[in-house]
Amino acid sequence: MTTAPHHPAVEEIWSWLSAVPDPEIPVISLVDLGIIRDVSWQDGTLVVKVTPTYSGCPATSVINFEIEKALRGHGVADLRLERQLSPAWTTDWISAEGRAKLRRYGIAPPVAGTACGGGVLSNPVVACPRCGSSNTEMVSRFGSTPCKAGYRCRDCLEPFDYFKCI
Amino acid sequence: MGDLPLTDLCLRMGDTCLILAQRTSEWVGHAPILEEDIGLANIALDLVGQTQLWLGLAAELEGKGRSADDLAYRRDQGAFRNLLIAELPNGDFGRTLMRQYLVDAWHYPMLKALATSPEPRIAEIAEKALKEVSYHLARSADLVISLGDGTPESHARMQAALDDLWAYTGEMLTADDIDTALAEAGVGPDLAAIATAWHAHVDETLARATLDKPASGYMHKGGKHGRHSEHLGYILAEMQFLQRAYPGATW
Repeated sequence: MTTAPHHPAVEEIWSWLSAVPDPEIPVISLVDLGIIRDVSWQDGTLVVKVTPTYSGCPATSVINFEIEKALRGHGVADLRLERQLSPAWTTDWISAEGRAKLRRYGIAPPVAGTACGGGVLSNPVVACPRCGSSNTEMVSRFGSTPCKAGYRCRDCLEPFDYFKCI
Repeated sequence: MGDLPLTDLCLRMGDTCLILAQRTSEWVGHAPILEEDIGLANIALDLVGQTQLWLGLAAELEGKGRSADDLAYRRDQGAFRNLLIAELPNGDFGRTLMRQYLVDAWHYPMLKALATSPEPRIAEIAEKALKEVSYHLARSADLVISLGDGTPESHARMQAALDDLWAYTGEMLTADDIDTALAEAGVGPDLAAIATAWHAHVDETLARATLDKPASGYMHKGGKHGRHSEHLGYILAEMQFLQRAYPGATW
């Protein structure tokens, strides 16, 4: 006699995934980041759809590895990860909780509604994640990772990362 | 869409991204300030990511069992379809930035048009890449303006870079048979419309940069058909060394 395979509810799987940290910014989870687009059972296989942040993000393969490791750790044996390109990931999908966690970690979260479009040269006002001042300046359009830009606060004089809007 | 040259389109987009990324990454450790070193590395990284998507689709469409890596590391120069401007030597920092800007100003309207392609696999790659290239264009235009409208030295270098590179811009804006077939089928853009968008952006940026648009009308071509400058072979020799010396090597 064989036991029927156990298929945990997708809500439970989402809660497991919300505990998987982003490999580059471990204070936020992959669910906070908004890159897990769908979780479903298809003919006994758990299918997880993941969308890349940047097409060349070096963390992409690590992210897939971490998802697989977490789910297998919870006893999911039959598993498939699918890449979903469209709709393309946008920083708008980062949760409110994720934004608060970023700020506490010292990274200014993306300013809503300023996703870049067509070589616009204006820059949004980015509040310093340490002192809250809006008196900040961009040092570099790129920072320590492709998803960040380098900023400096003119009041508390601290440099900080800004999570770019795309 | 079986008879359409979709593979050619993917190779042209992917190879241009790949060769420009390889050139750009030559700056790593050499850029004038740390922030620009990191910026150039990140742009190269975005372009490599886009290359994986385009060459992955090209490999799938050609159906010969090859992968994106096979196309990048095991083709000889006659099989590459990149624009000639991507393979030109970096020169000084100003010349690298000017090349990046002239390509970005083409790349952005191309991707915007391709994002509406009825071929969904092309549209989704373009939609994804467009977000990154929008950012590249904002950055490169900004720097061209800052340096063009900068010191006499930076202005002179940016003007010299523009004068040198100008003859390599026609290839991206002039349709050949493949571009025309793709445009007529509605899968690819009309390059005349891309040229209009490109000239509008370039005119505005050069005016703000106080740089003069070259008058010369002579344009090089050949990259899109696999006829390359002497420079591509050296790039491939470096880029493909590992796979050629140790076939099938993986990390």
